Amino acid sequence: MKYIDEFRNKEASLWFAGKVKKISENRDITLMEVCGTHTMAIYRYGIKKMLPANIRLLSGPGCPVCVTPDNYIDKAIELSSKEDVIITTFGDMMHVPGTESSLDRQKANGSDIQVVYSIIDALKIAEKNINKKVIFLGVGFETTVPTIASAILQAKKMNLKNFFVISANKLIPPAMEVLVKGEKVNIDGFICPAHVSTIIGAVPYRFLSEKYHIPCVIAGFEPTDILQAIYLIVKQIAENRSEVEIQYTRAVKNEGNKKALSIIDNVFEDCDTEWRGIGEIKKSGLKIIDEFKNFDAEYLFTFEYKPVKKNLGCICGNVLQGINTPDECKLFRKVCTPESPVGPCMVSSEGTCAAYYKYT
Amino acid sequence: MENKRIRLGHGSGGKLSHDLIEKHFLPYLRNDLLEELDDSAVFDLNGKLFAFTTDSYVVDPIFFPGGDIGKLAVCGTVNDLAMSGATPIYLSCGFIIEEGFPFVDLEKILDSIKKTAEEADVKVITGDTKVVSKKSVDKIFINTSGIGIIDNGIRISGNKAAVGDKIILSGYVGEHGIAVMSKRHGLTFETNIESDCAPLNKIIANILKEGLQVHVLRDPTRGGVATVLNEVAKKSNVEIFINEDKIPIREEVMGACEIMGLDPMYIANEGKFIAFIALEVADRALEIIRNSKYGENARIIGDVIKKEKGRVVLKTCIGGERIVDMPTGELLPRIC
Repeated sequence: MKYIDEFRNKEASLWFAGKVKKISENRDITLMEVCGTHTMAIYRYGIKKMLPANIRLLSGPGCPVCVTPDNYIDKAIELSSKEDVIITTFGDMMHVPGTESSLDRQKANGSDIQVVYSIIDALKIAEKNINKKVIFLGVGFETTVPTIASAILQAKKMNLKNFFVISANKLIPPAMEVLVKGEKVNIDGFICPAHVSTIIGAVPYRFLSEKYHIPCVIAGFEPTDILQAIYLIVKQIAENRSEVEIQYTRAVKNEGNKKALSIIDNVFEDCDTEWRGIGEIKKSGLKIIDEFKNFDAEYLFTFEYKPVKKNLGCICGNVLQGINTPDECKLFRKVCTPESPVGPCMVSSEGTCAAYYKYT
Repeated sequence: MENKRIRLGHGSGGKLSHDLIEKHFLPYLRNDLLEELDDSAVFDLNGKLFAFTTDSYVVDPIFFPGGDIGKLAVCGTVNDLAMSGATPIYLSCGFIIEEGFPFVDLEKILDSIKKTAEEADVKVITGDTKVVSKKSVDKIFINTSGIGIIDNGIRISGNKAAVGDKIILSGYVGEHGIAVMSKRHGLTFETNIESDCAPLNKIIANILKEGLQVHVLRDPTRGGVATVLNEVAKKSNVEIFINEDKIPIREEVMGACEIMGLDPMYIANEGKFIAFIALEVADRALEIIRNSKYGENARIIGDVIKKEKGRVVLKTCIGGERIVDMPTGELLPRIC
C-alpha cells in the first residue's frame, strides 16, 4: 500500500539493522522511546530481535493513559455515577482500574459512558443531550491537546452550556528531563515521539542534546522509520555528536505546527501535574485558563477525597521510567493480564506491559 | 475489584469468552462431547458419524455490504459443520423479532436464507419464531443449528495438527469485520469493502473427496486468524510459524485497519478457512482450493515447526520475529 509499504521495507530495515551492528562496535548503548505507538511498533515488528545484543531499547512514559494518576480515574468514575452526566472518552480509558472501580464496570452498572473517536463526537453528544452534562476526559500529550482546545473554542462559539473537559493533558519534554536528571536509568539516546513532534517541532528537545549531551532523533511510526532513527542515534554516538535530528521529515517541521501551538496557548496554560509512578513534575501539565473555566469540569464539580490504595507489587511506575521491564514484575502474566489488569501499563493498548504481553 | 457481571468483552471470542465457557458453562454442562469445544460436536449413532452445531446471530447492522443476518446465519452454521469434515444436511432456524420490525426487511432476510441454503445444498427443516416487545432485542436475532454426516475415515479436529503440516489460508482476511464496522460507523473508503460471507462446504468437500490427509479445519470468524492459530497451537500443543508477508490482505482492508488501529489478523471472516494439511499433499490441496469457488486466493501462510510450547510465532514483514497472541477484551461487538 502506498505510503505504508515504503516504510515497512524489509531490505532497508535489514540494512539499517546491519549498519547499527557495524558502527556500534559492541559498545553497550541504551536508547529510550517515549511514545506508546513507537513501543507498540517495536514489539509488533520484532525490531529488538533484529538489533545486536549491545543495543538495549527501553520504553519510557510515552503512553498517556499509563501516566494518568489514580485520582484522575477516581474523579472520572465519581462523575460517571451522577444521574445527569454522560462521560465521553477515548476507548483506552475504559478499562483502567481506579481505586474501587473502572469505567467499563461503571458502564455495566448503568452509568452513561460513551467511547468516542474524536472530541468532536463529544460535542455532538452534548448538542443532542442538552439536559445532560457531557464531560470529555482530556487525556493525552501535545498531540491531542489542539483538538481539545479547538473543541472548547467551538463549544464557546456554539454557546454550549453542558459540555465540559476534565484535563489530564501532559507535556512530554519536562518528563524526559526528569528521567535524564534522575540517576535510576542511564539513557544514551532518545527516539523522540512522532505525533507530539508534529505539533511541538524539534526545538523543545534541544536542551536534551545541548545541556545533557543526549542525541535525539524524531522518528516516524513505521518500522523502517524506527530502525533508521536508531541508526541515526547510534551514528551520532559513534561520531561523538549530540543533536536533535528529524527522521520523520514527511510530517515534522523544526518549528512545529504554529497554528496548533497558538490554539493550545489560547485555551490552556502550563501547570504542575502528577505523573503516575514518577510523581509531580513542574510545568508538565496543561490546565484550562480562566477565560474558559465554564468548560472546566475540575472547576465546576466538587470531588470527594478518596485515599488512593496502592496495588502492592505493581511496578508500573518503574516500568514507565525504564527502570524495570514488565517481566521483572511478579504480577506480570500471573495476576496482571489484559483481561484483569492491575496497572495501567497493562490496560492501554500502547502500554509497555500490554506490548510485552502480546508480542513476546 | 471483583468481576460480578458479564462485560461485552466476554462475547469477543478471545480470552474472556474462553474464560466464560471454562469457568461458568463447563462446570454445569460438562460432558465428553461438549468439552472438546470444537466448532461442532461429533458423535456416533449406530456406526455413522454425525456433526451437530448451533450458533446465534446478532450482527449490527442486519444488512451490510456483501450480505445480511440471514445469509450469515446459514453460512456460519454450514461452515461450522464443514470444519468438522461433515457434509451439512439439515438446519433449524429460530427467530427472535422485535415488535415493529418491518415485514419487508424480514422477507429480504428470508430470501437470503433461502438462496444461501440452496447454494449450500442444505434444507431448513424446523424453526421457531418469537416476537418480543420494543427494546427487548435489537431488531432481529437468529439462531441456527445444523446437522451433518461425516464420511468414514475422516477425523478432523483442532487437536490433530502435526509437526510438518502446511497451513493454508483460503483467501483475503478481515473483509467481514471491516465491512460491518465501516457500515456501522458510516465510514466510507474509496472502494467498498464487502463481507466475504459464503458457504464453504463445497470447497471442503472437494478436498476431502480426494482423500487428502487434512488434520485441522477452522473458519477464522470472531477473533480472526490469530485466534484460530492460537487455539490450534494450544489444543495440538505445537509451535506454529507464520510469515506475515504471505497473509493475503486487500489494500482496502489494510487501509481501514490502519485508520482504525486494528490488526487484520484479529478481524472476523465469514467465508474463509484455515487448513492444516500433511506436507506431502499440501500442494495438491492448495491446487484444489484455488480451483474452487471462494478459494481462488488461497495461500500457504506457514508451517507447524515443532512439538510443545503451544504458541504462534510470526516472521514480520521487515524480518523481525514476534509472538501472535489470543485477542483480549472487546474487539468488535456484534459482528456476527
